Amino acid sequence: MSSVEAPAIRKTALNGVHRQMGAKMVEFNGWDMPVEYPASLGGGIISEHMAVRTGVGIFDVSHMGDIRLAGPQALAAVQHISMNDASKLAIGQAQYSALLYPQGTFVDDVIVHRLGEDEYLLVINAGTREKDFSWVRDNTHQFDCKVENLSDDYTQIAIQGPKAVDLLQKLTDADLSAVKFYWVTRGKLCGLPNILLGRTGYTAEDGFEIYIPADESTSARVWNEILAAGREFGVVACGLGSRNTLRLEGKLPLYGHEISDTINVWEAGLDRFCKMEKPEFVGREALEKAKAAGVKRALVGLEMTERGIARDEYKVQNESGQEIGYVTSGSPGPFLKKNIALVYVPIEQSAVGTKLKVEIRGQGVGAVVVSTPFYKRPKKDSPLRTQRSTEV
Amino acid sequence: MPYPSDRKYTKEHEWIQVNGNSATVGITDYAQESLGDIVFVETPKVGAELTAGKTFGTVESVKAVSDLFAPASGTVTEVNADLATSPEKVNKDAHGSWMVKMTLKNPADVDALLSAADYEKFVAEEAGH
Repeated sequence: MSSVEAPAIRKTALNGVHRQMGAKMVEFNGWDMPVEYPASLGGGIISEHMAVRTGVGIFDVSHMGDIRLAGPQALAAVQHISMNDASKLAIGQAQYSALLYPQGTFVDDVIVHRLGEDEYLLVINAGTREKDFSWVRDNTHQFDCKVENLSDDYTQIAIQGPKAVDLLQKLTDADLSAVKFYWVTRGKLCGLPNILLGRTGYTAEDGFEIYIPADESTSARVWNEILAAGREFGVVACGLGSRNTLRLEGKLPLYGHEISDTINVWEAGLDRFCKMEKPEFVGREALEKAKAAGVKRALVGLEMTERGIARDEYKVQNESGQEIGYVTSGSPGPFLKKNIALVYVPIEQSAVGTKLKVEIRGQGVGAVVVSTPFYKRPKKDSPLRTQRSTEV
Repeated sequence: MPYPSDRKYTKEHEWIQVNGNSATVGITDYAQESLGDIVFVETPKVGAELTAGKTFGTVESVKAVSDLFAPASGTVTEVNADLATSPEKVNKDAHGSWMVKMTLKNPADVDALLSAADYEKFVAEEAGH
């Protein structure tokens, strides 16, 4: 009998529903998750991606984690561990941020929500649930604040796309038109009282993420009610495959790729979420030193100019074929109809227009540095759903 | 789905349709279904030598890169130009979308491959895992 057991793969409350729908399943950071749904349901990575860009798609994102900080010094605790400035948050407002190590590198990226006077909710990545919770607990014990891991308490569903708000409005009494992007509200949803509805997401589209009780029957009921209510908008269930292509087009970072414990905030280009005017937070000192020493490498966007798809971990070369960096995330961009990648290269090779190569099966294939995000959603009511200009 | 009996199959999910000393090669419906949306196919040039069982190209879906394995040894005589512009045609009709045409070095190579019935059984077992 083996004395070491492999950890059992984890399942969200909607696992049975995904399997019943015939989704192709994949293991992601210890979770059994849908990567795409069958074509008969409007699925397939490309179809799901396009549904989110032009209509609405829904995702089971319950694998993500939730940490609640509440108490008289909750704000102080958040300010200590989070690089953005949470004191700017009104009740009901959220912001993108990151938890940093003392070296100024990433523990995780996070969305900080202010839910009450002294109550904050951090929504974190699936693969870093336990690490983050330990980190938060260990780095806030000096503050009068309770830290709770609520990750298993919620089924989290993301409803994303230009029609997402119209869909969700059918199911809730909360006035969603009053909720600005990156704000939250609470309302009755599918008969459930006081449900947290956040206008957030990871697709570079408008939309909401909802937090409902994690029991299987409630989760399945709400999922199916959303699909039924969304029929008139052409709603499609979406998996991790399209989730990745959507966030890549929007240049949204993925932990372990664009950000990690060996990459600092300046290299990752997340300056605008890092408030150095805060006198103190974990990692601040190291970041100050790093800035003074000069940032050596930068995360930039590449567009392939010759035939080929750049993929994660492929090597990046300069025009002469010398290795200078690597791909953090690369894939076809289904909406852009271009093959794109995010890469780390030396700062001297990071200007838009720089011609580079990606090594694909031993050959250097032409690419060019482009401005990012690759895709930005058009202003509301715009008839145009187009990509960023390709003029370089 | 019934696999056409006018050709043979490999365990790597390629099909080969023989016509005298030449053959046409593609991937099966099971392969395209497993891959998902095909976005890129890399094939050898006309004149390239293929060796049975060795890789001769790649087929890429959004998420992954998969090798193509030569069902038989021989020389490439033609490559399907559609693959460069419309790789999704392989998803729509895998058995009707050929990838390369070749002359066979040793036509007997093909006899050892799976019949449509054997391939169907093989796929049913694989899908059951």
